[in-house]
Amino acid sequence: MNFVKALVAAGLVAASTSAFAADITGAGATFPFPIYSKWADAYKKETGNGLNYQSIGSGGGIKQIQAKTVTFGATDAPLKAEQLEKDGLVQWPMVMGGIVPVVNLEGVKPGEMVLDGETLANIYLGKITKWDDAAIKKLNPSVKLPSDAIAVVRRSDGSGTTFNFTYYLSEASADWKSKIGFNTAVEWPVGVGAKGNEGVSGNISQTKNSIGYVEYAYAKQNKLTYTGMVNKAGKTVQPTVEAFQAAAANADWAKAAGYYVILANQPGDKSWPMTAATFILMHKEPTDKAASAEAIKFFKWSFEKGGKMAEELDYIPMPDSVVKLIEKTWSADIKS
Amino acid sequence: MAVQTEVSDIAAAAGPYDRARALSAFKLGDVTFYWITRLSAISVLLILGGIIISLIIGAWPAMKTYGFDFLLTKRWAPSADPPVLGALGPIYGTLVTSFIAMLIAIPVGLGVAIFLTELCPQWLRRPIGIAIELLAGIPSIIYGMWGFFVLGPFLAYTFQPFMISICANIPVLQDIFAGPPSYLSLFNASLILAIMVLPFITAISVDVFKTVPPVLKEAAYGVGCTTWEVVRSVVIPYTRVGVIGGVMLALGRALGETMAVTFIIGNSFRISSSIFAPGTTISAAIASEFQESDGLHQSSLILLGLLLFVLTFFVLAAARLMLMRLETKAGK
Repeated sequence: MNFVKALVAAGLVAASTSAFAADITGAGATFPFPIYSKWADAYKKETGNGLNYQSIGSGGGIKQIQAKTVTFGATDAPLKAEQLEKDGLVQWPMVMGGIVPVVNLEGVKPGEMVLDGETLANIYLGKITKWDDAAIKKLNPSVKLPSDAIAVVRRSDGSGTTFNFTYYLSEASADWKSKIGFNTAVEWPVGVGAKGNEGVSGNISQTKNSIGYVEYAYAKQNKLTYTGMVNKAGKTVQPTVEAFQAAAANADWAKAAGYYVILANQPGDKSWPMTAATFILMHKEPTDKAASAEAIKFFKWSFEKGGKMAEELDYIPMPDSVVKLIEKTWSADIKS
Repeated sequence: MAVQTEVSDIAAAAGPYDRARALSAFKLGDVTFYWITRLSAISVLLILGGIIISLIIGAWPAMKTYGFDFLLTKRWAPSADPPVLGALGPIYGTLVTSFIAMLIAIPVGLGVAIFLTELCPQWLRRPIGIAIELLAGIPSIIYGMWGFFVLGPFLAYTFQPFMISICANIPVLQDIFAGPPSYLSLFNASLILAIMVLPFITAISVDVFKTVPPVLKEAAYGVGCTTWEVVRSVVIPYTRVGVIGGVMLALGRALGETMAVTFIIGNSFRISSSIFAPGTTISAAIASEFQESDGLHQSSLILLGLLLFVLTFFVLAAARLMLMRLETKAGK
């Protein structure tokens, strides 16, 4: 009997100490997984506290935080203010990235081609089927375009990348907006589906005369031929960290409830039109207040010290002004 | 009287007592063994029943919402409001790929089996037999990768443009072999499936061809039949049911194959008359969409799984039935 008591006591002690140094648990979007794990690694070295992040996809992240099985959820497609209110959640943007169109055309180098929103939407609607279509030729007078059929590649799984990409197409093309709309998965009129950013990258590098869309980091790491874009201001821009930052700087975060800002098609001469933020979700009244406070500490640390690491992985850190707003939101909304 | 009592006393005291004890020890072992095996057998039924029940429970919301229309709706729009989900696209893709796969695999598989049993020189039998077995042992993901990196590009530059150009002006065929050529298509998936099921057809056919009594074949050769005549009029008719059983087993595998198909079919829910167009199958749809699904979308995917389960069950049941009929025939 004494032995059992001792065992229980030891268990309790172990439980309480381990709760003290508990790993922060989170789940959600796959797009920020590389940077979250890099931050987590650096954070653990500095503080001894670990982060356990499962990249199960944005939809899964939202479900898990609603079910309170994790301390925070992560999503690329932000929740609307009403939804946040209903579930008692707080939402803020954590880091940004860009989505780029990628092509596989013989003799065409990265950044050589230019597309605009309307043309991109028409390719994905199946209205433009050949590479030497007048609309593409007009944008690229100096590029030698083949008269081959365009092989369209898109995501087969639900994804935040698709959400932001289709949102941009809806902004740029009325036809796309009325026929297809935007979501994490849509009813694609043409094209083949590939799983994940890596699936699309693989398909593009494999298939001649193909076009697809991936996160900038994937395009860069796989040395894919990305294209320039004509932005809302009518200027041609290349996908660079500066162009993504320009889009982010133009966004009005302060006025948006729950930071519901989609960075697609922002105004400004230098803005990249397909910029996207990825968001964190946490409960306003967390059941485990200690874990929640630990998570906030981690996010605060990431904002302060994680910027450089983010840039190394081709992500864009949030501007300082937005970080200040977010920190205010934390102290105002999350009970600890 | 007294002597008899004595004898029975002795018997009761020594012999029967020991025997009963020894026997009961055996009996206990037997009973335990019986129950262990019985429970193992029952657990299989329980697991199967559990899977069916949980599939039905998971699929229930979709069944209630869409009813029978689920089978006939072409649209698959999980993000529409309300979501419109129909299984016609995946069902079409599953049936078409399996059909083309069987169309290719049956003649080739039977050809290999006939060569191995009737014509092959003894020294070549083992290498071919082992090669067939190895083909069956390759994991499906390897077939998928090979199809994606090697077979897909090869077909897109050779076979597909060739078929498209020669069928360009022939009615019906011009719709079946319509362009543009694609790395990822129903046809490519069918071809990979054909290679994957080939070993099943060959292995079973070789086994059933061996059941043909030599005296029948010798008699046929004796009256001057050619090898072709012996195969056509003696071997195939004698083993027909078994061969069909083997084909059905292969079909069962083709219907359910997931990983290789997901790689090369293009995961598109449209129904196109062209076999060079991308499509999807039931298992590929589940594999690529389940992770991010919820609510009605997830329930519909589970319902797709249930449909595949039922489809495969009937195919395998038919296969077993035919193989059983062959066995009774061979027993006679």
